[in-house]
Amino acid sequence: MAKYVLKRLLWMIPISLGVAVLVFTLMTFCPGDPAEIILGSTATEENLEAMREQLGLNDPFLMRLGDYLNDTFLHFDLGESWTTGVSIADSIVECLPRTMTLTIITLLIAIVIGIPLGVIAAVYQNRWPDKVSMVLALLGVSVPNFWLALLLVILFSVNLGWLPAMGIGGIEYYILPAMAGAANGIATLARQSRSSMLDVIRSDYITTARAKGVPEIQVILKHALKNGLIPIITVIGTQFGKQLGGTMVIETIFAIPGMGQLIITAVNSRDYPVVQSGSIFLAIVFSLCMLAVDLLYAAVDPRIKAQYSKGKVRRKAVAANG
Amino acid sequence: MSEQSKNTTAPFLEVKDLAVEYYSGGKVIHAVNGVNLTLEKGKTLGLVGETGAGKTTIAKSILRILPDVGAKVANGQISLDGQNLLSLPEHEMRKIRGNKISMIFQDPMTALNPVQTVGDQIAEAVRLHNGGNKRQAEERAEEMLKMVGISADRYYEYPHQFSGGMKQRVVIAIALACNPDLLLADEPTTALDVTIQAQVLDLIAELRQKYNTAMLLITHDMGVVATTCDDVAVIYAGNIIEYGTKEQIFDHPTHPYTIGLFAAIPSMSEDEEWLHPIEGLPPDPAALPEGCAFHPRCPYATEECKKQPIAMQITKDGHQCRCCCMEQIAKGE
Repeated sequence: MAKYVLKRLLWMIPISLGVAVLVFTLMTFCPGDPAEIILGSTATEENLEAMREQLGLNDPFLMRLGDYLNDTFLHFDLGESWTTGVSIADSIVECLPRTMTLTIITLLIAIVIGIPLGVIAAVYQNRWPDKVSMVLALLGVSVPNFWLALLLVILFSVNLGWLPAMGIGGIEYYILPAMAGAANGIATLARQSRSSMLDVIRSDYITTARAKGVPEIQVILKHALKNGLIPIITVIGTQFGKQLGGTMVIETIFAIPGMGQLIITAVNSRDYPVVQSGSIFLAIVFSLCMLAVDLLYAAVDPRIKAQYSKGKVRRKAVAANG
Repeated sequence: MSEQSKNTTAPFLEVKDLAVEYYSGGKVIHAVNGVNLTLEKGKTLGLVGETGAGKTTIAKSILRILPDVGAKVANGQISLDGQNLLSLPEHEMRKIRGNKISMIFQDPMTALNPVQTVGDQIAEAVRLHNGGNKRQAEERAEEMLKMVGISADRYYEYPHQFSGGMKQRVVIAIALACNPDLLLADEPTTALDVTIQAQVLDLIAELRQKYNTAMLLITHDMGVVATTCDDVAVIYAGNIIEYGTKEQIFDHPTHPYTIGLFAAIPSMSEDEEWLHPIEGLPPDPAALPEGCAFHPRCPYATEECKKQPIAMQITKDGHQCRCCCMEQIAKGE
């Protein structure tokens, strides 16, 4: 198992290199002149040229790429923002926790509401609880999150005054953004939970459990849900990625200075180093999350665990017994 | 058998006029149509019939584990020890499942929960019914593993680490863990190869003898019936068409279908070039033929057979047969 985790962690090096090269190349071919944006429209041609020279924009593409990779991956120097001059490492340390908090709360809401909705729908297949939750799921995928966000603000901040409408602060500032972002996740998880539970509920081992006299609630939660979790975990993983990337809409609406906002602002001002470093960090966080998902598989399904650590499970089982 | 049950007050297991229907795509499927069975403690009744004849449905109705949606016991009574199982509330029934009645399932490959250790799956039944603490249940589960010939070391392993034969042993261990009074064995050996089959049958026989368990054995293997059963019921299209002791059925098969079944077994001593199947196919349970369900395939069918259902005829030694041409057949065609 440890070997597997180590292998996966080492894989993150080529992944981040790949992301770095890709983002760097994309930004290079993007129209727009950073020097012009930094100095404004009043700058003279000499000033612009001097600025381009200073930023290294006049060097050949491969040389700039080489320099960038060298600085980032060999010296761990992310540099400073071209527009604000602030250290990029500092901005990421500041912004990443906000985005992570928002993403995690969003996912938790989606899990806590989505999975039970799906399970209930499966247990009462074709009866009214099923229909109600599937209508909710349909609404969840159809409603745009920015619109839902505005409605939530009107209800909870403007009319009821329970929660702050924007900005950052304590945990209460994350509740509305997370609710708005979770609608899609709730819907996706509910649908996935329903279909994987329906598959499992018809299995022979569920009949075996019933034939043993296991109470129905335990049949569903202990026997069926654990078997149905694998595809649900996959969806949680992809939802995590989606939230991480899609958070910029929510961050913009609720004025949360997170990674989404950081990157969006940087893209608009052609602040290449910020975009590149921000993307690499999101990629690393995403890879870590995918690793966590794969480890969760192993925790849930012994067959997958056996694949990760060939032969070890058996010895452990015998040792545990003896 | 049936004479015996008339003498004693109430048989251990009695199934009366059981009818089960499935609903699928707007059609009603008549899976079981008025089955009557009795079974005494410690005895074995073999349910024999083709695939789809309704054998498993009968067993599942007794345990009340038919699917919630799309299946219904339309008629009948099932009583165990004088207790009417069909009218019991669900929580009472749950105490019977896996405890007084338990079931061995047909396909060991899918009958075990893949994410629960084998030992826990046995211990779960014990804890549910015998109470006691976790440790006691685990000890009982280890004991059961040993009893079915699996080392207790393998308690913490998962089904995917077991072979098919061993999985079937685990299924048997689960079924017998609470010393049931009635065992419903649904083709317990069909998925196994012949050597393992014999072992599993021996194992079941041994354990049953120990606890005086009655068994309803579902099979389509006449060889298994010959070695295990006391009584035999031959099922066709959801109905019993012949019922008697093993000797009666094997020595004097009376219903044309039963005769056909025996004729279909190839003889080992003679040089046979062709198998002798029963011509035709079992009827579609959604559209059963009128009259005797077997008449389209029956070489003796008369006009009368096509008109109305044939009543069960009982000979004086208790051999039951649902055929109106019995005498004609007995005389030798």
